[in-house]
Amino acid sequence: MANVTSTAAAPERLQLLRVLGPGHVWALGVGIVLVGEYMGWNFAIGKGGMIAGLVACWVAGLLYTCVAMIDSEVTSTVAAAGGQYAQAKHIVGPLMAFNVGLFLVMAYTMLEAGNAITIGFLLDTVAGMQGHSGLNQQPFIILAVMFLAWLNYRGVLATLTFNFVITAIAFLAIIILFLVVQFGGSNVPLDFSAVAEEPLPYGWVGIIASIHFGLWYYLGIEGTCQAAEEVRSPSRSLPYGTMAGIMTLLIAATLTWYVCSGLIPWEYLGQAGTPLFDAARVTGSTGLMVLLFIGTIFSTLASANGCINDASRAWFSMGRDRYLPIWFGAVHPVYRTPYRSIVFLVPIALIFALGAPLDQVVTFSILSGLLGYTFMSFNMVMFRRKWPLETIKRGYVHPFHPLPAIVLLVLCATAYIAVFLGYGTQLIAMMCFYIVASLWFHFWRYRFVRRGDQFTMPWPRPQGY
Amino acid sequence: MDMWNILEYAAWALSVLFAALMLVDLARVDSTYDNDLLTSSREGEIEATQERHQI
Repeated sequence: MANVTSTAAAPERLQLLRVLGPGHVWALGVGIVLVGEYMGWNFAIGKGGMIAGLVACWVAGLLYTCVAMIDSEVTSTVAAAGGQYAQAKHIVGPLMAFNVGLFLVMAYTMLEAGNAITIGFLLDTVAGMQGHSGLNQQPFIILAVMFLAWLNYRGVLATLTFNFVITAIAFLAIIILFLVVQFGGSNVPLDFSAVAEEPLPYGWVGIIASIHFGLWYYLGIEGTCQAAEEVRSPSRSLPYGTMAGIMTLLIAATLTWYVCSGLIPWEYLGQAGTPLFDAARVTGSTGLMVLLFIGTIFSTLASANGCINDASRAWFSMGRDRYLPIWFGAVHPVYRTPYRSIVFLVPIALIFALGAPLDQVVTFSILSGLLGYTFMSFNMVMFRRKWPLETIKRGYVHPFHPLPAIVLLVLCATAYIAVFLGYGTQLIAMMCFYIVASLWFHFWRYRFVRRGDQFTMPWPRPQGY
Repeated sequence: MDMWNILEYAAWALSVLFAALMLVDLARVDSTYDNDLLTSSREGEIEATQERHQI
């Protein structure tokens, strides 16, 4: 049997494999998110016009910069699979941890389903362009989920190395599109006249409404934390990978807005299915069209791949702590992956990918993500209050505390209003689901948890306790 | 039958293949190894040895 941890004093133990570096962390975070540049963000422009789309891009960028800074500090200290779930368990308490674990699994599984739907849609579009109408999308959706689940099953190093390559190609495609357009390689010149002529076609409320879709630019960067138990040096790799990831996304988001807004009239851009691919078509360059189509497919695959990785780690961690049946807390003896969690989540993702509309699936993902970000703001305040800087060593200390936590909370509140404007029923349904799940956990499931075993960090007693 | 019809059948076949690879391996591992070993992973291993977060 390979790679089993044992000492003379302790029994044999199977652990997840520590093989990842900062590049893999970057690939996990950016890989999950970059699909948001290729599609979805542009509905922000449909909600409020070009200026609102840019404001949404930067306001959401500020929100996620706060998320990345807070996550980098806490995760470099709580280096455990499950990421924010493990943070909540140590800093807030079990009920919060159970909810955060569910937020993570729902957010990533829904996003994985959304990506699979998108792959089917893209292939249908290509088949239509070649004269084949009515493509059966189901086998391609199922194949995307099955292949990526199998890759995750076989090992984290191959999974995230694959993610690194396809994410880097998708990011370079955006850079190349920008450079070609900027240096006159497009048939159609950049035109920003609508910024002056129709700056805010729906007024200031359009800016609020557009923030909902501005989140798509960055949704999922917090997923870097899920690699905490598989990186060689958590205190170094996680902050490097996460902060490099958010910088990459801020650049990619701004370039995407710039190129697409300059090439495509905002009335069309606000409804486009694949805005970057459409921008490449407008340039008239076949090479750019092919490149951006490849970028779209690769970004979608990278996102689904990262989502499988993250959802399975969160589910595995909850199983390991007996928040869910311990059966899910198993590690593969050869591949050293949470193989039962990976396999268990496959049919759940497929049910949503094959049976639910894309906008509903993605909205549920965004709502679960938002609930997680709201948790992060007061989690950070509690972390610094219970364990001040002079009590435990962090891999990274974020500046200006508590300003990022306050900004994050305010922006989350704004985003809730924005989501409520468009998807109020889903927001209420989601809250009801989490309340029912919390009641189940509190009154039934928590009796199975080994309460002393779940707190694993060698930290001093928190201040005030 | 055009190329896309063939690709549909290929996608179905590959989906079944990847599902079978995972399920067969899962059944093999679960029947070969003791469940206590498979679920023996514990959080906080690196904190217990290398990164103790001491100032």
